[in-house]
Amino acid sequence: MDETLDQLFVWLKHLLVAIVPAAWQPLVSALISVAAIILTFAGLFALTTILERKGLGRIQNRYGPNRVGPYGILQPVADGLKAMTKEDIVPRAADKVVHFLAPLALVLPAFLVLAVVPVGRNMVAVDLDAGLLFFFAVGAATELAVFMAGWSSRNKYSLLGAMRAVAQMISYEVPLILSAVTVIMAVGSLSTVKIVEAQTGYSGVLPHWFLLTPWGFAGFILFMISATAESNRSPFDLPEGESEIIAGYYIEYSGFKFALFFLGEYIGMFAICGLGITLFLGGWTAPLSFLTWVPSYVWFFSKLFALIALLIWVRGTLPRLRMDQLMNFAWKFMLPMALINIVTTGVWHFMPPGLVRWRPFRRQKLVQTDISVCRLIP
Amino acid sequence: MLGEGILKGMAETARNFIGSYVKEDRLTTVQYPEERLPQKEAARNFPFLVFDGNDPHAGMRCVACQICEKECPPQCIYITKSKDRKPDYIGKPQFYPSVFDIDISVCMSCQICVEVCPFEAIKMDTDYELSTDNRFGGLLLDKNKLAKSADYYRKIHPTEAAEVDGKLNAEKVKAEAKAKADAEAKAKAAAAPKPAAAPASPPAPPAPAPAAAAI
Amino acid sequence: MNATLDNTIQIAEPPKNYEVLPKESSAGGTDLLEVAMGPHHPSTHGVFRMDVVLDGERVVKLKPVFGYLHRNHEKIAENTTYLGSMPYTDRLDYFCSLTNNWAYALAVEKLAGLQVPERAEYIRVITAELTRLQNHASLVGFLMQDMGALGTPLMYAFREREKILDLFESLTGARMMCNYMRFGGCRVDLPEGWLEQANKVVAEFPRFVDEFENLISGNEILMARTQGVGVLPKELAINASITGPMLRASGVNYDIRKVDKYGIYDRFKFRVPLGDHGDVYDRYMLRVLEMRESVKILEQALPAIPVGPIVDPKAKIRGFRPKVGEAYGRIEAPKGELGFYLISDGTPNPYRYRVRPPSLINLTILEDMCLGRVIADVVIILGSVDIVLGEVDR
Repeated sequence: MDETLDQLFVWLKHLLVAIVPAAWQPLVSALISVAAIILTFAGLFALTTILERKGLGRIQNRYGPNRVGPYGILQPVADGLKAMTKEDIVPRAADKVVHFLAPLALVLPAFLVLAVVPVGRNMVAVDLDAGLLFFFAVGAATELAVFMAGWSSRNKYSLLGAMRAVAQMISYEVPLILSAVTVIMAVGSLSTVKIVEAQTGYSGVLPHWFLLTPWGFAGFILFMISATAESNRSPFDLPEGESEIIAGYYIEYSGFKFALFFLGEYIGMFAICGLGITLFLGGWTAPLSFLTWVPSYVWFFSKLFALIALLIWVRGTLPRLRMDQLMNFAWKFMLPMALINIVTTGVWHFMPPGLVRWRPFRRQKLVQTDISVCRLIP
Repeated sequence: MLGEGILKGMAETARNFIGSYVKEDRLTTVQYPEERLPQKEAARNFPFLVFDGNDPHAGMRCVACQICEKECPPQCIYITKSKDRKPDYIGKPQFYPSVFDIDISVCMSCQICVEVCPFEAIKMDTDYELSTDNRFGGLLLDKNKLAKSADYYRKIHPTEAAEVDGKLNAEKVKAEAKAKADAEAKAKAAAAPKPAAAPASPPAPPAPAPAAAAI
Repeated sequence: MNATLDNTIQIAEPPKNYEVLPKESSAGGTDLLEVAMGPHHPSTHGVFRMDVVLDGERVVKLKPVFGYLHRNHEKIAENTTYLGSMPYTDRLDYFCSLTNNWAYALAVEKLAGLQVPERAEYIRVITAELTRLQNHASLVGFLMQDMGALGTPLMYAFREREKILDLFESLTGARMMCNYMRFGGCRVDLPEGWLEQANKVVAEFPRFVDEFENLISGNEILMARTQGVGVLPKELAINASITGPMLRASGVNYDIRKVDKYGIYDRFKFRVPLGDHGDVYDRYMLRVLEMRESVKILEQALPAIPVGPIVDPKAKIRGFRPKVGEAYGRIEAPKGELGFYLISDGTPNPYRYRVRPPSLINLTILEDMCLGRVIADVVIILGSVDIVLGEVDR
């Protein structure tokens, strides 16, 4: 019973794929995975916009939007309609091709990296052996989109904003990757599926998540701070929320393209939080050993919601950092901390078995499954 | 500890977030127009003219003395005095305004007109839902729109109205007592046999009933 | 003052045609960038323009341009009676209408020689301190908003401000445009239950200030952004006739409540907080401390109101003609020294009516505080000066 619930979507996909003749099966299998990812995460995006506004409202002693639909649930529909029906203004001096491609260049990599994030047991679109490398490589393409947006608008101020945004995102890539390196060192593999598998298993009640190790805890904090900076969210939202002088790199965008920027930013946030969950929080594993009967995708999305709630909470509380303080923080604090963390991981790895010490890459027996792993058949 | 201020701030925000669900003073929104806050008693918005009784014309207290027109700082009151007179609440014939317009798009609700009126004729209303879609004169209120009954005044400003009523009643009683004394004196003089006696009291000159004149 | 600039940039005299800016290149061969942080701006506290000339990110010249809200207040006052100008004074610094009213009433009382009864003096002090509380609360909220904290501290500050505005509404009839002081006293007496309500508000206020400080004062991001930013040295502040919290943050002990002892302020024990460095953080902390001191004054004043008349019996509402002469009345408004200078020629209208606006005079120093700083700091420095355009432009 637990197994079927847990593997429900996998079973559904197998069913659909079996209908199609054999020559078409790889293509249909890929299409189904893609459709599933897009629908799920776009729906999550809509839900997050309304949750964020209501959450911020409650923090500020007011209701959020509550007129459109019960408790304001249909507000994203209203926002979507508004974005689609607004006039799409392109500045006369703008570089038209680049101006058109910039939102796409933001959204496509954001969705692409979701292919390597394991959402549940046996539920990953592509099980690459170098999944983590793929994630960071493609994820860095989003920075290009920011610069394309700023450059193509032919607007001195938006170019300034875009340059700042790119500087910020590049600076924070370094601590991000370095904190992920610790996990790679501990697991010995770049595959996201193997990283999650290394975190299954329980000592007593507590899970073997990397968060519960000293280096994992520090790494998680560094990772989350870098993730906040990568997604241009408060308190690092200087490029986008510059109420001081310019509205940021997407000032010249209106209508649907603006909505695409918004979408791309949020999907990037989900992707990077998803990666954080995979690396440090055990992916789709349950937090306590007696809770493994809950389906795995439920755990993944619960953890994702928890991280999003944390990001919303931080956004509602902290003021913005200034540009030079932001860069100082990245290079003079986060980078040394990340390097120290790597050294700590190495030391921990070679420590003898003790109280908190467990050896993650000795494969624990998976709790229960006997449906074959769903792989992308080449 | 590094980051202590930030963590304290986040604890504060969390307290407000949870408090907004449980305590009332952490969620102070009033969902207008389904809920409205009750007005304070002293609240003021734009002026209105008070009339006693049921008939706005007969019971209007305003005697078109035009003091409020002169004292209004942005000069938004326009009064035209009538040619004939009508009796006021004591019974004395007084002028009345044939035209009394207030342009509430100019009025700044300073309430000086209320302070200087000697006849308790103009008071401040509390109604604030006054929007109109007539941009040429929709906000120029004439006498009919401005006239509201004294019962309405008692409803919106109870303590103030009680004071005003007390004052006006006292005036009325005094005027009646004076009229009675005059009538008695006149009757006594008429009944007195001496033909050479001058009338005891000259007919009282028409004096405006001074309510709170600080002239 | 501009000693940090090299001589290729001429800024000394105001140029005759402002649109022609020096286009000399500074270090690096780049042009100077001129930006107008225009009247439509979310962070300029009103319709206010700053023409900023930037060298890369550093501010090289800053010219404040105001006048977008000029409403001829002083000229209108020459054609209106003394009482008729009182509602217009509400609209000068529209956050603090009751202190504006008091300053004007003080000037006229000096001119006409009117005596204010005890009860009216107590009520004046109470309303002025409540005004100071709500002004400082909104100011720190707005400063946080400019810094990007998305309105959370602002909402908390406004929650408290609503309580104080409710008090004003039950006393004077209006929340912001109170028109309450009269020459020789106040307009109406306290209604039933007002004192209990005021006591409740004052009792709850310190808890709000504590929560606010928990949220903001120790925040490392705030400290990094405001400490050392916008320093105003003591001598410069005195020379530029800065008054109010800006002056005290630079370390000068000058509070008109202690110097002039107008009203009955000498009966209350309160301290005057002073700053050390004169930067934005000091100004912020000073306002928080002033809020606490105002609560102390209120706690002393509220139980001690005597009974008595509310207005000088010699004062007249209509036909008020003060004798020929001149008078200057000033108070410690929440933003600085607010003064009214009146010349009377015996007619019902003043011959000359002049407002000394603290916001405008504090604004003249903006360029000196902002030179050499980044554009992101300019907004915060402007926020800490605490201007209200109604007062700057009158």
